[in-house]
Amino acid sequence: MSMKLSTRTVDGVTIVDCSGRITLGEGSVTLRDTVRDLLAKGNKKIILNLGDVNYIDSSGIGELVSAFTTTKNQGGELKLLHLTKKVHDLLQITKLYTVFDVKDDEAAAVKGFK
Amino acid sequence: MEQQVSYTLDSTLETVDHAEESATRIATELGFAEDEVMQISMAVREGAVNAVLHGNKYAPDKKVTLAFERTPEDLVITIRDQGPGIDLSGIPNPLAPENLLKTSGRGIFLMRSFMDAVEIRPSQSGTEVKLIKHVRGSSAGNKERS
Repeated sequence: MSMKLSTRTVDGVTIVDCSGRITLGEGSVTLRDTVRDLLAKGNKKIILNLGDVNYIDSSGIGELVSAFTTTKNQGGELKLLHLTKKVHDLLQITKLYTVFDVKDDEAAAVKGFK
Repeated sequence: MEQQVSYTLDSTLETVDHAEESATRIATELGFAEDEVMQISMAVREGAVNAVLHGNKYAPDKKVTLAFERTPEDLVITIRDQGPGIDLSGIPNPLAPENLLKTSGRGIFLMRSFMDAVEIRPSQSGTEVKLIKHVRGSSAGNKERS
């Protein structure tokens, strides 16, 4: 299953609902393009909802890092929401879990933006 | 699975997916637990990505060889490319604070995390990566006896 993304806005925060696989190739490119597009349009409060992401490889991890740093460098903020166990474990072993702002509750995540 | 199966594959993204799917199927057939199957398939995917992307650099005239071998103790997966050979001294530690926010460089680390042993042998004619997962007690061992 390839990656599918859809975006919605809640209280000025853009939530990107991701499903499928974030892997080398199409999945990574789709995520990169979506985040860049949001930033270009001035949407700098972003939540990536990864609740339906069932697989991610090292390229996908790299893409999450890229989305995080690109957003931060442009004065924005990016949070991760609803990690599956697989993605959670991957971020733990790569020591990225504490780098990202990870949330389990969407309303709290939206409220937490500065 | 036979004792050994091998594939010669093009240097494409399809090869990466094929390698992962083959690993999932073979590890499942051998009776590995679900989390081990996931680990094996991820390690193979990372090895195939390195072979296609960093080794052969998508060159149409270069091939990736993928072999699965079942020994009494292990599942051994060998991935070979025809690139210039990886420089092992040039691989940074992805867990070092200065590397945490790098967007690449985690493939070999993930392979080592998920497998019981990883052997990397670079040469001028390519890099060979051996991924080894021990067969444990009641899982794959039972399959072998059946």
